[in-house]
Amino acid sequence: MTRKGLRFRLDGGRTIWPVLGLIALLVLNLIFSERFFHLEILDGRLYGTLVDVLNQGSKVMLLAVGMTLVIATGGVDLSVGSVMAISGAVGAVLVARREIPFPALVAGALSAAVLMGLANGVLVALAGVQPIVATLIFMVLGRGVAMLITGGQIITFEDRAFVFLANGHFLGLPLTAAIVALVFAGTALLTRRTAVGLFIEATGDNETASRLCGVNTRMVKVLVYGFSGFCAGVAGLIAASNIKAADSSRVGEMMELDAIFAVVVGGTALTGGRFTLVGSIVGALLIQVLTTTMYNLGVPPAIAPVPKAALIIVVCLLQSEQFRRHFVRRRQTARPTVPETG
Amino acid sequence: MKFPISTRRVPLIATGLVLVALFATASVLYDGFFSLRVVVNLFSDNAFLGITAVGMTFVILSGGIDLSVGAVVAFTSIFVATLVGSHQVHPALAILLALCIGPAFGCAMGLVIHFYRLPPFLVTLAGMFLARGMGFVVNMESAGIRHPFYDRVLDFGIPVARGVPIPATALAYLLLFLAAAVLAHCTRFGRSIYAIGGNETSALLMGLPVGKTKILAYSFNGFCSALAGVVATFYMGSGNPAMGFGLELDAIASVVIGGTLLTGGSGYVAGTLIGTLIFGTIQAALVFDGRLNSWWLRIAIGALLLAFILLQRFLSSRSTDRRTALAERSRPT
Repeated sequence: MTRKGLRFRLDGGRTIWPVLGLIALLVLNLIFSERFFHLEILDGRLYGTLVDVLNQGSKVMLLAVGMTLVIATGGVDLSVGSVMAISGAVGAVLVARREIPFPALVAGALSAAVLMGLANGVLVALAGVQPIVATLIFMVLGRGVAMLITGGQIITFEDRAFVFLANGHFLGLPLTAAIVALVFAGTALLTRRTAVGLFIEATGDNETASRLCGVNTRMVKVLVYGFSGFCAGVAGLIAASNIKAADSSRVGEMMELDAIFAVVVGGTALTGGRFTLVGSIVGALLIQVLTTTMYNLGVPPAIAPVPKAALIIVVCLLQSEQFRRHFVRRRQTARPTVPETG
Repeated sequence: MKFPISTRRVPLIATGLVLVALFATASVLYDGFFSLRVVVNLFSDNAFLGITAVGMTFVILSGGIDLSVGAVVAFTSIFVATLVGSHQVHPALAILLALCIGPAFGCAMGLVIHFYRLPPFLVTLAGMFLARGMGFVVNMESAGIRHPFYDRVLDFGIPVARGVPIPATALAYLLLFLAAAVLAHCTRFGRSIYAIGGNETSALLMGLPVGKTKILAYSFNGFCSALAGVVATFYMGSGNPAMGFGLELDAIASVVIGGTLLTGGSGYVAGTLIGTLIFGTIQAALVFDGRLNSWWLRIAIGALLLAFILLQRFLSSRSTDRRTALAERSRPT
């Protein structure tokens, strides 16, 4: 390995770290629990721990896709957990009226979610409120609205189509995995095959310069928050479908932090600019595998946050220029390092 | 030390007016609301929220944020309860230990934030997970506290009027508030906090000890969280590793409603006190009413947050260009 190669690996190549982390965790599982990679096919459906990881991780993966774009514009969306609650609540209330067809139900729930997202965006882009504050407002407000919709009750339902959403299978895999793949592919196409991704990165990198170059940065921001709301809406429907109930006081609680965590672990910096959707998906999977691993190793779920904290610290330090400089300087004392931003 | 710019005081005055209006409305609507007992209860019921919010004010004034407070409160409460309950440590010693761990934890986060230039949001998020997990490591379930020392403290109260004593928890809150107000407005440390929050680069160029001040702000917040955890053990008579979920966001909301800019550099500790009291008044009014449901608290707080943020935006857009430019920095750092 040449010195140049080493530096490249340390400074750039952000996606390499979460992938390495994921592989390390999987290897750990391969050694310590033989059940982890066990897969079996029953009635044409695939069952096993890995499939569970995909199914359980689907919500955070969806949130992370939306969150990536928000963070890329230099913002953050704390309201996604509450938006999930609203979407699930609207879905459950609509399903109680039997005459409403399933597509209309999905459309209703998702439009409520997108509306919340757009409201975030308007507050951030047009009123100029800091993203963390604007979305904090809708996080508090949204939870209240969700409870208002369900009347503070847990609304249960038995609608077959709705329940199928999170418990059904598609091509032998859980339907949720297919939904995540669809949303991911759509987002990746939209941001990487059109100029949308460039606009988002430009806005996050230098808003003033982008505006002067003719990018409608306000519109970019409003739409990005709207999209985050959409992703949260889908995740909320899945969460409700999973337990066949809308529990508006608990669903999605603390999930915004998991999603932000997934994005940052994935290699998108909180300061905005360059983003990586693949990284965020890998980050979300990493969290889910970590959680599942700890279940398998018999760690009580309540203590699970400790390794999570350790992971955040390690990832943060790897992204810190100061920390990397320590490390790089020790390896190559003669050569001055070029400061790199972002 | 005076702030001659009147627009700085507008949010504080507005917050005060909202509190008065809320309290007056509740007094008119509900019999027995306008009483000294309700006022004293506002302080004792919201003591641990109030104490964390006071600490949070310093961190936010310095331009940072701390998400770990709720978890640190939970950790402290179960730490004290377990030491007293299972290990027969005297409560005074256990509390003293807890009050040392809190600042040490805050200091560690401050060090990482400052020396590795990491976003406070992420570092304190990790701190939150760590403290929450460690709370469960100490004890998986809530633990009750039975000790003569606790009974004595709980019996203690300064009588203000016929049969209405100020309990020790409210007293701790008020004392901490006074100390914090002096710290923020009458000391070099306080002035440095405002300067750093206003413009960190300028503060550095002026020769202020930026690093030391920021780390101290996080340490002080850690102390406040630990104190809040101790107060919580008195209030609940037990320690619980699962308590305080979302407390950090309530604390941040109190600070913002109190008129402190989340970009840092502007605000008052007194505003935070009023913000917490607004929280408490709405909650007390909901209890008095009985017909309204708890989610109206969320909606009311959200609406108030929205109103105050828009007021702040309006005020800062009318101020000088420099202040507008500051507020427009829309980075979650």
